[in-house]
Amino acid sequence: MSLFRKILRTGRVTERAEPATGAELMLAGGRLRGSVQVRAVDVGSCNGCELELASTFGPVYDAERFGVRLVASPRHADVLCVTGPVTHNMVTPLVKTYEAAASPKLVVAVGDCARNCGVFTGGYGVAGAVSDFVPVDFEIAGCPPHPDDLLRGLRRLTGR
Amino acid sequence: MSFAEISLVAALATGAAAIAAALAIGEPRRRTLLTGVLTAGCGAGGLLAAMGVLATGRPVEAEFPHLLPFAGLSFRLDAFGAVFVLVAGGGASAAALYGISYTRDHLSGRSFQALVPAFVLTLLLVPAANSMSTFLMLWELMAVTSLLLVLAEQRRSPNAREAAMWYGVMTHLGFIALLLMFSLLAAHAADGSFAAIRHTSSTMAPALRSLVFLLALVGFGSKAGMVPLHAWLPRAHPEAPSHVSALMSAVMVNLGIYGLVRVGFGLLGGGPSWWWLVLLALGAVSALFGILHALASTDLKRMLAYSTTENMGLVLVGVAAAGLFTSTGHPVLAAAALGAVLLHVINHAAFKGLLFLAAGSVVRGTGERDLDQLGGLMRRMPVTGAMFTLGAVAITALPPLNGFMSEWLLLQSLIHGAQSHVVAVAVAVPVAIAVLALTTGLTAATFVKATGTGFLALPRTRAAEDAEESPRSMLLGMGVLAGACVFLAIAVGVLAGGLARAIAAVGGVTSPAPFRVHGTTVSLPWQIVGTSVVLGVAVVVGVVAISVALRVLPRGARRRRTENWGCGRTQQTARMEYTASSFAEPLVRVFDDVLHPELDIDVTHREESQYYVESISLQRGIKDAFEERVYRPVLGGVAAWGRWARQIQNGSVHRYLAYGFVALVLLLVAIR
Amino acid sequence: MSVTRAAVPILQVVLVVVAGPLLIGVIRKVRARLEGRVGAPIHQPLRDLRKLLTKERLLPEHASWVFALAPAVLVSSAVATAALVPLVSTVSPFAHVSDLVTITALLLLGTVALALGALDPGTAFGGMGSSREMTIAALTEPTLLLSIAAISILAGTTNLPAVVASTLHRPEAVISIGYLLAIVALAIATLAESARLPVDNPNTHLELTMVHEAMVLEYAGPDLALVESGSSIRLAIFLGLLANLLVPWGIATTPSVARLALGTLAFVGKISLLAILLGVFEVFTAKIRLFRVPELLALSLVLSFLAVIIAVVHR
Repeated sequence: MSLFRKILRTGRVTERAEPATGAELMLAGGRLRGSVQVRAVDVGSCNGCELELASTFGPVYDAERFGVRLVASPRHADVLCVTGPVTHNMVTPLVKTYEAAASPKLVVAVGDCARNCGVFTGGYGVAGAVSDFVPVDFEIAGCPPHPDDLLRGLRRLTGR
Repeated sequence: MSFAEISLVAALATGAAAIAAALAIGEPRRRTLLTGVLTAGCGAGGLLAAMGVLATGRPVEAEFPHLLPFAGLSFRLDAFGAVFVLVAGGGASAAALYGISYTRDHLSGRSFQALVPAFVLTLLLVPAANSMSTFLMLWELMAVTSLLLVLAEQRRSPNAREAAMWYGVMTHLGFIALLLMFSLLAAHAADGSFAAIRHTSSTMAPALRSLVFLLALVGFGSKAGMVPLHAWLPRAHPEAPSHVSALMSAVMVNLGIYGLVRVGFGLLGGGPSWWWLVLLALGAVSALFGILHALASTDLKRMLAYSTTENMGLVLVGVAAAGLFTSTGHPVLAAAALGAVLLHVINHAAFKGLLFLAAGSVVRGTGERDLDQLGGLMRRMPVTGAMFTLGAVAITALPPLNGFMSEWLLLQSLIHGAQSHVVAVAVAVPVAIAVLALTTGLTAATFVKATGTGFLALPRTRAAEDAEESPRSMLLGMGVLAGACVFLAIAVGVLAGGLARAIAAVGGVTSPAPFRVHGTTVSLPWQIVGTSVVLGVAVVVGVVAISVALRVLPRGARRRRTENWGCGRTQQTARMEYTASSFAEPLVRVFDDVLHPELDIDVTHREESQYYVESISLQRGIKDAFEERVYRPVLGGVAAWGRWARQIQNGSVHRYLAYGFVALVLLLVAIR
Repeated sequence: MSVTRAAVPILQVVLVVVAGPLLIGVIRKVRARLEGRVGAPIHQPLRDLRKLLTKERLLPEHASWVFALAPAVLVSSAVATAALVPLVSTVSPFAHVSDLVTITALLLLGTVALALGALDPGTAFGGMGSSREMTIAALTEPTLLLSIAAISILAGTTNLPAVVASTLHRPEAVISIGYLLAIVALAIATLAESARLPVDNPNTHLELTMVHEAMVLEYAGPDLALVESGSSIRLAIFLGLLANLLVPWGIATTPSVARLALGTLAFVGKISLLAILLGVFEVFTAKIRLFRVPELLALSLVLSFLAVIIAVVHR
């Protein structure tokens, strides 16, 4: 019962969403039709982007209301959100994950490390940026990117 | 002569010709071919004869008073026996066709080839026996021929001798029980023929009738694999060559049911409720015990043998229900239960025979019997795999195949029987329904395990990787039984009249219509409850329609072959698959109080120090609880008694002469 | 046979195919609102299915026809069941063969097909999901059959439309202990068969905690659409069955258009209410350990066995 009281007390936590403007809509040519399943792939990040991604799907930002959902298997996914610079040991798993997804599929490079290795450029364990191994369709900049930016990027994928 | 009589004579002649061919022909290939074809013809003849008797209800009779000294041979094939001859004939033709190429390599010797048609002939004739001597003689012939067949592969398999010994001893213990039983009946009737026994059995004292029933339970129950007399089944059936296993499991065990119903209903004319409650308890325990051991077993053929124990347990539950309903005055329900039993016997023969033949095909193609060493066979042996899957769907009682109809009928008769006001029935029915329900779920788990680990995914060993599909005659044999499964699923209405005549022929059950058929709907005689074969067909049509529709989709024309998703791992090997033992592990854990799995961990330490481990070996196994708790003490007791009794034979000639003298004196005193 | 009577099964099938995903959407929405979020709109699962149909079809390299056919068998058996169960109306061309035992067997067919399809690719997760699913199914089957037996014994028939009709005429029969015990056991079995909490978590990403989800990890595109659709249809059927066995008011007993419309509304209303209750229940429940699940199922088995004994004694 204390849980029930807590639920009643807390109420709605989610922030109001920005209105969707026409210019941002339908990144993937509307192919995904308002439903996007995301598989988050961490190829060697510091977990900062993961925390922000988790927050984006949490109660405050609630990406689910725009039709985005996290899934467990890349076979169920349309979009791979890749975080972190690609380390040597994660090159093959990243490529395999990309091949396991069914087309039409998109790769989103989340954070500066995924875009261009960020602060880890030249490190001995880093093999390169994500675009060196799989074709990247969309980038979300930031170290780490703010959940608002992540949300805006995901809304461009679903078009809502 | 009627159609049935002609077919039966033709069957017997063909069978004799098969034996002659096996003994006479020199060249092995021609021997196996001709013997196989002739035995199949014998089976087909039996099948046609049975259909003839079932269609008209007129029995086929024959008497040979001088063939056996004192008693003569007497045969009468009525509609009830015809059901079992039907099963025997169908199973024999499929097994014989299968055997043509199965025995080509190492079982083509004269003795083996001659024994198979002999076995088939006894299977066809036992249900037709009409007197004590005929029955016992044929029963013993059946036991001896099957015993020799079990021994056939003793050179290749070290367990065959032990299996044959268990089988021989237990079948003869059963035979002794039957001999005693028939002696009691015949002594009371002063004549060995079944007709005389039937006439006079109602005047027997109740205690004597109960003794007769219990002896029948022991003798016929052990043949049917009823617990606690089942220990020979999981040993003998796997060791026999696969088409013989199919005959034993699909046809021979049914004769235990035949005997029990014939004696219980026909010769004794029914009995008090406690008989049937005892039978129900034994059948329920057999069913649960059988399926639990099948679930835990990783040997393919042993699993199928335990599954036979389970199915026979369910049949015994049905027979017990029919007996209870008769003794408490519900003839319509009794007919429905008995009809369900007979239908299940026919269905079980079809799908269990198919499963054993498919298992034999796997054993021949890979050389392995253990499910944990198989895998990936669906792509290497596609026909065998499809046949096994069909058999597995049928045995799990799923629509659209035939097992569903008999389970449905049995469940319906039990549910309706629960409305009776008799205490015995009210106690028995919930237990029976619970047993039926539990075994259905466990059968599904067992056969998903068998099909999944044996046939799907990757091969686990070299032997499975190099598997070859079986030759055509084996595929043909399997195809015959698969066709029978499908036919029985779609055209179950064809059997309605025959089953009604069979139940009428048993005697002791009035109003025999087990179910009615209107078009494609099977309905019960007492209310508007039915099920339709159309449903199963609809599922198949639906699958086809959906598969076609998927191709029409924009990207649907072709599938992309892709590597498994293994979380990005670089190597997918067969070691990562689930094995049969791991698949069954959660359920074995749930039932570990019944199964008592034993874990043996052996740690070998290094010589230098106890702190370093050289190797660890783990063995996990499940022993048969009845063997541990019941057989071992009994055998130990018998052995101990034997050791004590050895003191009588101490080698001294004087003592032996004294024994003779004392015995003579006692005899003289007794005769006075 | 009138046109409206023949239309009943078609209406029911269309209804569950559309309502199944909507039910999932309702459950997710309720959970989101109770968690303080907004959540996706109720029709989002329908959007997901539509998108999945446009995706590529994949076949794992070691899989055979069993993997390829399993989703179709699942959906086919679920649709066949939906045509039989009296959801909207008790009169239909299939009323004579709409039997509780048949329905249980058809649903088991779907479970077995999916379990075999999961074993086919040869992945460890598929084997694990299949093994766990068959363990749960083996322990749920007896509960289902025994609850059905109890209900049938009390109603005097296993014919579903007849059972529902008899409950319509004598609503007080529902309040008997035997009937209620059977319904409770059936509810626990529904949770287990539909892979909902506390038996299985449909939203988990940790493979070691999956049962149903682990079986479908290899399915993509249209096959995944079939599997998800099949699962949601089965949930709709189970909820509809529970609702109509307990409170069948509103179900059409004559095949007139007005009664059918009322029946449809009643069905949609009842399962929506049950879905909302399920969503609330899931917020307050945690998944139980896999090796504790047999204890829960044993409880439901004991309840259903008691229900049968009470039913037999009452008659």
